[in-house]
Amino acid sequence: MSYSFYPGCSLHSTGLEYGRSTTAAFAQLGLELDELPEWNCCGASSAHVFSHTLALALPARNLRIAQEAGKDLVVACAACYNRLRAADRSMRSDPEMRKRVEEVVGFTYDHPIQVRPTLAVLAEDVGWEKVSGQIKRPLAGLKVVSYYGCLLVRPPEIAGFDNPNDPQVMPGLLRALGAQVMSWSNATDCCGAGLSLSRSDVVRELVGRLADRCLEAGAQAFVTACPLCQVNIEMRQSKPEKVPSFYFTELLGLALGLPEAEGWWGKHLIDPRPLLRSLSLAQ
Amino acid sequence: MDLAFRDEIRELSGQDLGACYHCHKCTAGCPMAGSMQYGPAWIIRQVALGEAAEALGSRDIWLCSGCYTCATRCPNDIDVSAVIDALRQVALRRRVSAAERDALLFHRLFLGVVEQLGKSHEALMLGLFKLLSHTPIYQDMGAGAGLFLRGKVPLLPERPAGVSEVKQIFRRSL
Repeated sequence: MSYSFYPGCSLHSTGLEYGRSTTAAFAQLGLELDELPEWNCCGASSAHVFSHTLALALPARNLRIAQEAGKDLVVACAACYNRLRAADRSMRSDPEMRKRVEEVVGFTYDHPIQVRPTLAVLAEDVGWEKVSGQIKRPLAGLKVVSYYGCLLVRPPEIAGFDNPNDPQVMPGLLRALGAQVMSWSNATDCCGAGLSLSRSDVVRELVGRLADRCLEAGAQAFVTACPLCQVNIEMRQSKPEKVPSFYFTELLGLALGLPEAEGWWGKHLIDPRPLLRSLSLAQ
Repeated sequence: MDLAFRDEIRELSGQDLGACYHCHKCTAGCPMAGSMQYGPAWIIRQVALGEAAEALGSRDIWLCSGCYTCATRCPNDIDVSAVIDALRQVALRRRVSAAERDALLFHRLFLGVVEQLGKSHEALMLGLFKLLSHTPIYQDMGAGAGLFLRGKVPLLPERPAGVSEVKQIFRRSL
């Protein structure tokens, strides 16, 4: 199966290993991701501070390119996903706004494609049974909590994915990989990434609380689906004992037996290798 | 009581503030409420009462992390996040000085880079933020160096793509 792929700015920079592991794991499962040509930034959490129109038009330009390509648009970054969906939904449901955005971007949104998160593609187009069948290296003994953060599931009218209070898709995947998914109440709590630079004091509290809850749940690591959450969780833990964090695609790639996985761990600000080695999952 | 202000926020956000029955679920769920002056429920009340100076001058509107917990939990379907965005836009229009100067600076720098390059560029943005913000210059140098050494903040931007179109989108939207 073949899809258009929107990497967003992070997957080319601070979320390098998210991009690499997504491409590698999807290819292994027979899913082709074609990077959207000439894509632009979605405006993230800043455009809507200044203008509602700008916040919809920036992602809409990418929808225009995806519409020309004619394939569903798959998005890895939770923030990008949220903005692309907001533009898509707004243009589908509000004729006035649609006209406005079409004028600003210079196109007609007449052949809508679907905007989908990577996790939804894995769950719906592959399924956990098929994923389990391809596991070469079960993640036995690895205890994790799945951490969604905000923008993949909220607000539910825009995200239209999973349960915003008690999400189930990522835990299902992680169980299929052989990991033990610990139960906790904080999967969709905010980590404060948007204020990480300007109010790092407040963000340290939020991330510290998440790390405490993660350990209380009996987990050894976080698993994320957002490059902004991931880098924030790695940067803003204050205690000497730091909890490592994985992208779900890294664990998928590891369990699929991809040799490239060894190259991802060194990209982390909190090195996950001591944990993986203790479980004989890394060299 | 600045009723023009109330109507302006209602118009910009598209939200019916009269629907609020003050259950405070938005404030209860807000991750930033502990650092705010009023919290989202009071902000909604201030808008409904036309208390422009209080709402626009508060640090709360700049501390919102945009997590949509308030909008998700509101039993009356008020998109509180949209109200906060409208308040930020009106505060900028009326030139009310932002009570969280660095939060606004971050948004400005981020979008400034996107307008010029079509994409974000971390090294440029972080460098400018360090120079212009009130945060101590040494803060985050360790993390910044860590990201740089791992090849995650390339100094040169990627080949710009669609920049003239992106610039046009900015011009037509703002």
